[in-house]
Amino acid sequence: MILTKAQYDEIAQCLVSVPPTRQSLRKLKQRFPSQSQATLLSIFSQEYQKHIKRTHAKHHTSEAIENYYQRYLNGVVKNGAAPVLLELANEVDYAPSLMARIILERFLQEHEETPPSKSVINSMLRDPSQIPDGVLANQVYQCIVNDCCYGPLVDCIKHAIGHEHEVLLRDLLLEKNLSFLDEDQLRAKGYDKTPDFILQVPVAVEGHIIHWIESKASFGDECSHHAYLHDQFWSYWNRFGPGLVIYWYGFIQELDCNRERGILLKACFPTDIVTLCHSTA
Amino acid sequence: MAAVLESLLREEVSVAAAVRWIARSTQSSEESPGEAAVLNSLRPLRKEFVPFLLNFLREQSSRVLPQGPPTPAKAPGASAALPGRPGGQPRGGRGARSQLFPTTEPSSTAAEAPLTRRGGRRRGPGPARERGGRAPGVPEEGVGGESLSWPGGRRLKGSGSPSIPSLTLSDPPNLSNLEEFPPVGSVPPGPAGRTKPSRRINPTPVSEERSLSKPKICFTSPPISCVPSSQPSTLDTSPWGLGLPPGCRSLREEREMLRKERSKQLQQSPTPASPTPELGTSLPSRTGSLTAEPADPARVSSPQRLELVALVYSSCIAENLVPNLFLELFFVFQLLTARRMVAAKNSDLELSQDSLESPLFQSIHDCVFFAVQVLQHQFQVLSSLDKGTLKLLAENERLLCFSPALQGRLRAAYEGSVAKVSLAMPPSAQAVSFQPETDNRANFSSDRAFHTFKKQRDVFYEVLREWEDRHEEPGWDFEKGLGSRIRAMMGQLSAACSHSHFVRLFQKQLLQMCQSPGGAGGTVLGEAPDVLSMLGADKLGRLRRLQERLVAPQSSGGPCPPPTFPGCQGFFRDFILSASSFQFNQHLMDSLSLKIRELNGLALPQHEPGDEDGESDVDWQGARRQFAVVLLSLRLLAKFLGFVAFLPYRGPEPPPTRELQDSILALRSQVPPVLDVQALLQQGLRARRAVLTVPWLVEFLSFADHIVPLLDYYRSIFTLLLHVHRSLVLSQDNEGEMCFLNKLLLLAVLGWLFQIPTFPEDLFFLEEGQVDALEVDTAASEHGLDSVPVVDQQLLYICCPYIGELRKLLASWVSGSSGRSGGFVRKITPTTTTGLGAQAPQTSQGLQAQLAQAFFHNQPPSLRRTVEFVAERIGSNCVKHIKFCQRKSPGAVRALLPEETPAAVLSSAENIAVGLATEKACAWLSANITALIRREVKAAVSRTLRAQGPEPAARGERRGCSRACEHHAPLPSHLISEIKDVLSLAAGPRDPDEGVSPEHLEQLLGQMGQTLRCRQFLCPPAEQHLAKCSVELASLLVADQIPVLGPPPQHRLERGQARRLLHMLLSLWKDDFQGPVPLQLLLSPRNVGLLADTRPREWDLLLFLLRELVEKGLMGRMEIEACLGSLHEAQWPGDFSEELATLFNLFLAEPHMPEPQRRTCELVQPNRGTVLAQS
Repeated sequence: MILTKAQYDEIAQCLVSVPPTRQSLRKLKQRFPSQSQATLLSIFSQEYQKHIKRTHAKHHTSEAIENYYQRYLNGVVKNGAAPVLLELANEVDYAPSLMARIILERFLQEHEETPPSKSVINSMLRDPSQIPDGVLANQVYQCIVNDCCYGPLVDCIKHAIGHEHEVLLRDLLLEKNLSFLDEDQLRAKGYDKTPDFILQVPVAVEGHIIHWIESKASFGDECSHHAYLHDQFWSYWNRFGPGLVIYWYGFIQELDCNRERGILLKACFPTDIVTLCHSTA
Repeated sequence: MAAVLESLLREEVSVAAAVRWIARSTQSSEESPGEAAVLNSLRPLRKEFVPFLLNFLREQSSRVLPQGPPTPAKAPGASAALPGRPGGQPRGGRGARSQLFPTTEPSSTAAEAPLTRRGGRRRGPGPARERGGRAPGVPEEGVGGESLSWPGGRRLKGSGSPSIPSLTLSDPPNLSNLEEFPPVGSVPPGPAGRTKPSRRINPTPVSEERSLSKPKICFTSPPISCVPSSQPSTLDTSPWGLGLPPGCRSLREEREMLRKERSKQLQQSPTPASPTPELGTSLPSRTGSLTAEPADPARVSSPQRLELVALVYSSCIAENLVPNLFLELFFVFQLLTARRMVAAKNSDLELSQDSLESPLFQSIHDCVFFAVQVLQHQFQVLSSLDKGTLKLLAENERLLCFSPALQGRLRAAYEGSVAKVSLAMPPSAQAVSFQPETDNRANFSSDRAFHTFKKQRDVFYEVLREWEDRHEEPGWDFEKGLGSRIRAMMGQLSAACSHSHFVRLFQKQLLQMCQSPGGAGGTVLGEAPDVLSMLGADKLGRLRRLQERLVAPQSSGGPCPPPTFPGCQGFFRDFILSASSFQFNQHLMDSLSLKIRELNGLALPQHEPGDEDGESDVDWQGARRQFAVVLLSLRLLAKFLGFVAFLPYRGPEPPPTRELQDSILALRSQVPPVLDVQALLQQGLRARRAVLTVPWLVEFLSFADHIVPLLDYYRSIFTLLLHVHRSLVLSQDNEGEMCFLNKLLLLAVLGWLFQIPTFPEDLFFLEEGQVDALEVDTAASEHGLDSVPVVDQQLLYICCPYIGELRKLLASWVSGSSGRSGGFVRKITPTTTTGLGAQAPQTSQGLQAQLAQAFFHNQPPSLRRTVEFVAERIGSNCVKHIKFCQRKSPGAVRALLPEETPAAVLSSAENIAVGLATEKACAWLSANITALIRREVKAAVSRTLRAQGPEPAARGERRGCSRACEHHAPLPSHLISEIKDVLSLAAGPRDPDEGVSPEHLEQLLGQMGQTLRCRQFLCPPAEQHLAKCSVELASLLVADQIPVLGPPPQHRLERGQARRLLHMLLSLWKDDFQGPVPLQLLLSPRNVGLLADTRPREWDLLLFLLRELVEKGLMGRMEIEACLGSLHEAQWPGDFSEELATLFNLFLAEPHMPEPQRRTCELVQPNRGTVLAQS
């Protein structure tokens, strides 16, 4: 699961302009049978998000929105049961869930007196039954269930994955009899930055002292790792000293370059843990 | 002054009497009437004797040490006595570091006069000796009635070109020496008409081993050759590296430039025979191009005379009449290792051998003889030098040749030398840990302040890390790289409370990073660890830098380096400068002062070690370590306090006129000192804690500006320090006196201070009367810290790294002379990739020690103190009980050794056994006791946490799975993902071969049950989504919308299967979901609408579902009725509306009784009944 930069680049290369659909994922798995599916999905998702971040703006110009909305209307007039919105999203290389949001927002602007609030839109995306237009509701729903990178369902899955790995890590710590403070306890004490776990008694992992452990249920690519370093890992180091980051879905090997500095990367719970010995005799 | 020497040489006065006379103004009864008469006649000149002597020796040696670094002598009265070197000597005599203001101005009589009166730049007591009278280019006659005509004759020095040959030269001009020959022409006068101060650092012989330690950053030296005259002098001339305008070249660039320049010159002239006045590069050629002349004791010209001068000189050193002990030693070492003498004119040698008329050192033999003579007198000091120096000295063939006895003593000292304590300092940079007690929200005035500080902490470390990575890169500049970021960060510190938070962080980080010798950089004793630490850090860049260092000799600070900020300290200095925040500086000073007071007042153990049978070695080691830590911390804090406190007043040079100076004085004298150091010094002396107080005070004062010494407050401190200095006579070792190494430390640091340019040089040779007036009553405390041997050799060298220059000097002799150059030239084996990739496996012991250190890192400091205290006490108590060591060891040894063993051998063996046993016991105990305590503490901590923490209790509660659960259920994320796939297949579009098997659906629902029952990994949002997905699945089942795998006729789910799956869902909703399930969605227009698309429409499953919902109490009838009612409002195709109405009626018609089966059959309309009948 730890990939070299070259291996990673090879995968990333295959993901350019691939729509975030069930079918794409299936093809990707066939293309890289030796990689774990979770890792592939994580990489795919991250690459796609990078792509969306880069192109986001061009889909949100008023011209673009108007253009999409007209195409949607024309499409559903012809055949309301056809996957109009989903195909539109794929055609213009934009995430289906986000396209659904654009169209829904535009639709509501047209049909309601007041411009729709964000929460109303979010709520409708979570539960398309609330969308006043049945055809649009179906179109939106179709976009959401077919989008494997964005949308409320995907968000929930990601959240669940993160939570599950924290729980997993907690259990492993308990199993190893390492006492720790978790995020909630730290927050209650008034810590301003809180890693997932602070070890109350530091341990050494592969010869490096660690004070804290952060669990990341994603693949550590350059972009996300640097963002995490800046927003989280260094902040933890600044307060608690060196620590360990577990990228459960792997990471780019070359990123593990701050070991001496005090940030250690692993793709699983470490096996080589040295604790403070009590008997030295 | 020469008269005194003359009378000594003529044996009219004994050396002892002369030294007494010099040291104390009063006459002693020990003197003979004749002596008294002679000395009385010379009385007015008494205080000028020592400066005269020092300058005399320097002058005499100048032919021997032409290429070498001149050893500065502090000599205010020197110029008058040395007519031979009108231009050079006053500067050369002022010491390397004092070369702050080369007298390159053509003539400055008007400006000079007032200054000399206040003593800032005073050279001699009378107006005739003022510098105005010795304008360069004007030949100067001997003045002040002491026109001794030294054979050297006079030398002219052209003001414009240093290379103009002198008229009657006997001394070869040392052109490589900027001290004596400042590059006058190359410095254009600044706008203010003043020249640029060239704070010259004495070039030091560079030995290869020097490259092992980090470079000493000579930040004070502005480039001489690249001073743009247009720059305002107030900005760029600061000797402290302050106020550098953005455009100014960094020192690194400057060095780089010089290196290039030098290589250019080397190419031009293949033999660098004539040294060029270049900064720091004049030396390396020395070893290569010069072979040493052999020295022969038999060829010493006038041993008697040399012996006598050596004795006088040594006595002055012993009485601390010279400002800097180690500087004199350095000078003597230079004489010892002089390579060859420049030939003198024949006429010089014809003069009388016994008077001062002839040169003192006529040959290398004379120099070496003199040096060895002096060294014999200084054996006590020599023997306390580090092992490396002792080895080099003992191996010096000249020394062996001239005094085999001394060589023998040195060898013995070398062999007996052991490092007393190794400072177990925590490994370097770690961040200051976050302590909720001081750092959480409650300590801030507002949320905003709290969050601002959170960001600041991160910016601070970001800046620090960037500095660590980049500050050694050529061309990198602190201000350019980090300045704006630092100022932006400081700009956010609005509230005073935030400032104090930041200052606390800053100060703690400073102490953490710079306290250990490694952190200070360059202070390691030049041994291997430095290299290892560099290589261990797995950085190719570092290896490259190391390589650069090896090929480019470093210039180091010499025996009297200026105050510097080595290593990490540079970061903190630059941070302060770049931040340039008044508020920050004020808060920092407050905080530093407080910490200094706290540490200075710390009660350190005051008992003698080893009172009873080596009782408490554990105690003792701990006490020494504690002292070292406190002392080093104090020095660091005081250095920064001095730096910040005097920062606003510091300028490149003293005020130009007396009037200006007076007005500044008037202003400054009313400003209270930032810290009452006078009181602290007096207290320290009274309590006999000078060994703690003086070293940090010296650090503080070393940053004083030019006005400070003129202020009464500080002048009295300087006077007091001089008094202390004079009192530290090393040869006196009385009961209750200060310990030898304690004294040596104070002598070293004070001597260093006395060479700082701002130190008032006339003060050193002050009349004793004034000193006496400040006599401090030390009787109050009999046993202070001073009489406890708290200073060991390592601490001495850490505090005074410049003592190491002695070793470098000797090492450069070894590498340059003779064939035996192997000794100290460390061979560096190229490191292979394996060495760089993986860090060398740490020993488990080392790791354990690190872990122990790290353990305390995030704990409140009190925990550490408590543990350490307990460990120490218990440790010492335990050791008391192991005196068995003493009793039993001899017996055991005796029993084991053969009977005929000689008594002496037996006794030694016994002693060694006792020693070893004790040592082992101590080590064992100290190791184990701490571990025991730690375990206790750890256990207590985890007990407490278990008791108070919500975690273990919450674990079971929140997740709610049974105790027997092994948490093997599928993960919620996996389930949601799988269901999402089914939903997307149902919603389409899908490929023809895509579909779901009924078994898969059943399995999925089964897994959902497991997951909902285990709950180990389930979080509320996941459960919510599972609930919602399950409802959607039910709707799809009801509407028969799930594409089933298989050949076309089977594309739909069998009704029975669908019903079974709905049953499963119902039971999940009923029994397993703990959160709400949005069952009303089953009747949302969208989900009911799914039925509209099916042909034929089958309502039986929906009706079944509704009935089950009611029956299981999942939904109330009323609720369902309301939903069905609202369905009518939606727009449907005509026939669908009808059917819906029928369903509604059917459901309403059902009695509220649990007889569903029969009723359903009855109520279903015949035309749709075909499918229903099957159920």
